[in-house]
Amino acid sequence: MLNKYPLWKNLIILVAIVIGFIYALPNLFPDDYAVQITGARSSTEVNSAVLERAVKALESDGIEVKSSTLEDRDALIRLTSSDDQLRARPAVQAALGRDYLVALNMAPSTPSWLKSLGAGPMKLGLDLRGGVHFLLEVDMDTAVGQRLEAVSGQIKRELREERIRYRGGDVEGARNIVLSFRDEDSRAEAFNLIKRQYNEFLLNEKTSGDEFQIVLTLSEGEVTAIRKYALEQNLTTIRNRVNELGVAEPLVQQQGADRIIVELPGVQDTAQAKRVLGATANLEFRMEARQDAATGETEQFSFRDERQRTARLERDVIATGNNVANAQQAFDENGQPQVSITMDSVGGDLMNRATRNAIGRRMAVLFIEFRTETETKMVNGEPVETDKRIVEKGIISLATVQSALGSSFRITGLDSIPEASELALLLRAGALAAPMYFVQERTIGPSLGQKNIDAGVMSVALGFGLVLLYMLVYYRGFGLVANVALTINLMLLIACMSILSATLTLPGIAGIVLTVGMAVDANVLIFERIKEELKSGVSPQLAINSGYSRAFVSIFDANITTLLVAIILFAMGSGPVKGFAVTLCIGIMTSMFSGLMVSRSIVNMVYGGRRVEKLSIGGKLANV
Amino acid sequence: MSDHQKQAFDFMGFRKIASAISIILVVASIAIIGIRGLNFGMDFTGGTSVELEYTQAPELDEIRTTLTEAGYDQFVVQNFGADTLVLVRLSESGNDQLAQEVTATLAATGNDLELVGSEFVGSQVGDELKEDSGLGLLLALVVVLIYVGMRFQFKFGIASVIPLAHDVIIILGIFALFQWTFDLTVLAALLAVIGYSLNDTIVVADRIRENFRKMRVGEPWEIINESIHQTIARTINTSGTTLVVLLALYFLGGEAINNFALALIIGVVVGTYSSIYVSANLLMVMSVSREDLMVPAKEGVEGSEETEEPPEWLNRM
Repeated sequence: MLNKYPLWKNLIILVAIVIGFIYALPNLFPDDYAVQITGARSSTEVNSAVLERAVKALESDGIEVKSSTLEDRDALIRLTSSDDQLRARPAVQAALGRDYLVALNMAPSTPSWLKSLGAGPMKLGLDLRGGVHFLLEVDMDTAVGQRLEAVSGQIKRELREERIRYRGGDVEGARNIVLSFRDEDSRAEAFNLIKRQYNEFLLNEKTSGDEFQIVLTLSEGEVTAIRKYALEQNLTTIRNRVNELGVAEPLVQQQGADRIIVELPGVQDTAQAKRVLGATANLEFRMEARQDAATGETEQFSFRDERQRTARLERDVIATGNNVANAQQAFDENGQPQVSITMDSVGGDLMNRATRNAIGRRMAVLFIEFRTETETKMVNGEPVETDKRIVEKGIISLATVQSALGSSFRITGLDSIPEASELALLLRAGALAAPMYFVQERTIGPSLGQKNIDAGVMSVALGFGLVLLYMLVYYRGFGLVANVALTINLMLLIACMSILSATLTLPGIAGIVLTVGMAVDANVLIFERIKEELKSGVSPQLAINSGYSRAFVSIFDANITTLLVAIILFAMGSGPVKGFAVTLCIGIMTSMFSGLMVSRSIVNMVYGGRRVEKLSIGGKLANV
Repeated sequence: MSDHQKQAFDFMGFRKIASAISIILVVASIAIIGIRGLNFGMDFTGGTSVELEYTQAPELDEIRTTLTEAGYDQFVVQNFGADTLVLVRLSESGNDQLAQEVTATLAATGNDLELVGSEFVGSQVGDELKEDSGLGLLLALVVVLIYVGMRFQFKFGIASVIPLAHDVIIILGIFALFQWTFDLTVLAALLAVIGYSLNDTIVVADRIRENFRKMRVGEPWEIINESIHQTIARTINTSGTTLVVLLALYFLGGEAINNFALALIIGVVVGTYSSIYVSANLLMVMSVSREDLMVPAKEGVEGSEETEEPPEWLNRM
């Protein structure tokens, strides 16, 4: 029968609409402003007593508490406004002390029956809820350089242990280590030793005069591996640090080969966030050089707090902050801040081996920091800005080794309590495998976020309303069908985005608005085709049928090409562009479903299976 | 087609004038882009921007003086959205503490203000973005060329890609002329315009193909003209609904997406025009013919109807 959908087809459409409705529904319940309480350490428990203390503190400050809930590992206090939320955080933090982390959060208020179906609202992007966005770049050259330094120290130590005499060994260029020897025999011995143990290097022998050299070149594969390791290690470290900051729902993500995105919703104190995230501080433990040590084996450093005072240290590094298993800020007998350090097994071993033969000598703790500075140079008469990366190394303590050190010891000589606790945090969270630099930063205040939401909602509503009106006026009855289809399209789009938990951003809203405008295209095409068929004298039923089937080819081609462009957008875009592309992609697919299937189903229900004289499709042409 | 149909409006009669207009617009756009350059936003140039909200509308000149006295140079101070909202853009990008410093400097003059947002982009990131974006645009055009070339025919591929380039160049030209900020959202808009304009072009091309196969008589220009005539109502209606929502977006969407909406509005207008006059015109110039569109005869089904039939599964829908 012409223009009659079988029952199963109508049922499929109905099911899709019902599912769409349920999953779009949570978005109608606005998120609550909330503060979230978690333990500063994993051992700290958040219990009802803690929660009660927090709620009391808020009440005494006159901040209205909407509700408070205790969850598995954390507690959530819901508040009524964003102003309250901003005031509540310091109040709760003061009441609970430093054992707990208090973070701003948005708590979904989805009813429990919806939650049990796995439905939840769309996540809001930073531009809609406020927060900070950072893009960090890993300094890969330094990562490779550090590795070469470490290996070169290790090889020299082994040569000494094997009693192979060498003259010197240095890192040269970006990926070479050059070792030099007095005679050919010791070079041959060394060559065999290195070849056995360090197969990541390509070895070459070079002789010039009485210099017998081995040139070690890092292989291409190994360089790639080092870079990959550096990025992964930094990702882990940054995740740990973000957790230490106590931010709800942070995002830490790799971008490209050497960049990391960090998004911290709700964070307003960017200065602290940046200090902790970007802190590339690391420690190196080195022995003070003996009086008679060759200058090639030593390096001079100044003290961090007294620039004039210097000390000469050995080039070889005993251990670094990477070997630290745990670190806590504490006080020494004199009430001075100190950091108690526990090394991991490798670190403890290294430390023990280095110190047991060095009792009475002094060991230095070297503090290493990386910074960026902008330098303006004149190139061809125009100022060109270049970012210069600076490494600062300073001694924070130089103490006599009293006895062989094991895996636990402490560092003194720190300036202040904050410095000590930050150093402890950094050591605990793990050191960065390579320094990182901020290359992009965006801060969105919470008021700006709310304004963006309001503007977005308003423009969607108005645009949507105008399109509905336009279609109704122009296409009458069929216009109404298109409007129902369009409404369902919008609902399905929101449902899909909620199910995929895609992040809604301001450009994403723009994508929705644009989809609304373009989604009617399919229906316009079909209706115009139906009108044409009517004009050429075809009966209404046949006109509907051929209108839908003829228009399909155009709709399909047009949408596929747009989809291709949207996919390219998604693949090459970053941040805001990606959000737009996601909405556009989903919108194209839902609009094809609603424009073809849903509208057809309605038209069939209205006109199908009976004799029809006239179609309500606008214009003065419905007469045959 | 039926007899009592109204005589088709002579779209192709204007094609010489339209060609002239298009060529002038494109050449002028390229010239303007060359002379004035695009006013790239921070996403591309790198730098620092600080958004401040004052409780009382401040004098912008005072802010400028304060900043100059504090030793800043190469900065832009402007209102955005409201007269209490001030945007300070600095070309410096090296120092990532700059936003705080600027806020502190301005707050020190005794004004009540709040930092509502700030952004900092390293210059290297910007350069890379510029490169990637150009690449993305080109890639989009190539993919379209290949798809349309395969689905239709090579001449149609050319006739759908050139209008897209035409649209993009004119939008860029207008942005360069008025020195509107070209940022990442405008780039997204450009790609959306490509999608949209393509949509239009495909619909017209699809009808031209159908008519070439169906109408046994008539010159190519007559067929193209007829095809445009048949699709014009759809073209206008779709452009109309899209423009309506874009205007809503422009007026209500807020400062952040103003330029995005603007680029799309221009794009929809130019795209609608180009799908008629640039695309169809190119088909005429390349003298597309019936032979170009013949479905290659399959063995055993010789002489069968040569229309692009919708897939069989659709008829069951």
